Amino acid sequence: MNWGGWSQFWAMGGNGFYVWGSYGVTVLAIALEIWLLARRARRSHEAAS
Amino acid sequence: MSTAIKWYWFASPQTFYPLAGRIALVCAIGAALLAAAGLYVGFFVAPTDAQQGEAYRIIFIHVAAAWMSMFLYVVMAFWAAIGLAFNTRLSAMMASAIAPTGAMFTFVALWTGALWGRPTWGAYWVWDARLTSELILLFLYLGFMALQAAIDDRRRADRAGALLAIVGVVNVPIIYYSVQWWNTLHQGASVSLTRAPSMATTMLTGMLLMALAFWLYSIAAALMRVRCIIRERE
Repeated sequence: MNWGGWSQFWAMGGNGFYVWGSYGVTVLAIALEIWLLARRARRSHEAAS
Repeated sequence: MSTAIKWYWFASPQTFYPLAGRIALVCAIGAALLAAAGLYVGFFVAPTDAQQGEAYRIIFIHVAAAWMSMFLYVVMAFWAAIGLAFNTRLSAMMASAIAPTGAMFTFVALWTGALWGRPTWGAYWVWDARLTSELILLFLYLGFMALQAAIDDRRRADRAGALLAIVGVVNVPIIYYSVQWWNTLHQGASVSLTRAPSMATTMLTGMLLMALAFWLYSIAAALMRVRCIIRERE
């Protein structure tokens, strides 16, 4: 275990902005792709039926 | 040859469609589990880096995303070339289905690289050979997608996109070897097939778990997208 508590975990040794900025935008990018994919799937289903 | 018959069988979009759905589901579940394991190892098992402190933890997504960005481009160009050579519908569809996922991972590699560069190099961006060639990769993906979207006739769009994809594949070895060919700010490869990795085992484990998760995610996303394309076109 690396962390003394949640506040230390979020601080990332003073690099919290960079670490969480990286992980946060990555999660957003993947979520956006999944959302666009789901929307496209729904539309192509509606068009096909 | 029974296997040969099977491959031709699955080269038909209609027979591939249900199979793609099943593979995508399995891969999506696998990706979620591996990502959870990778994040656990990355944040709670891998130790603090002696030089970089905690900032190095960006590595778990940065390297995995950068690998996928290059690998997916090669797979996309491969399917595009097969489609061009044999005029198989499904191959061209696969190339189109991979491009957005590849572009997404290229963006993630660039973004996480910028946020890693600031605390370690003091700059978000430098016009270094590795960074510049990766940026060109993003433009190649976006160019491929824009070109296909701009041409109404599907077969012409597939052929034009395939040519761009095949010409652009020259950029992939340039990205990969840029850190050897030029004197770059970007560090050399930490993991190679020919020598022991230059990092702690737990760090490597976290990175490989994330790489596998992204790999399975890419397969799932590409197959779900190819199902959309089959529905739209057939």
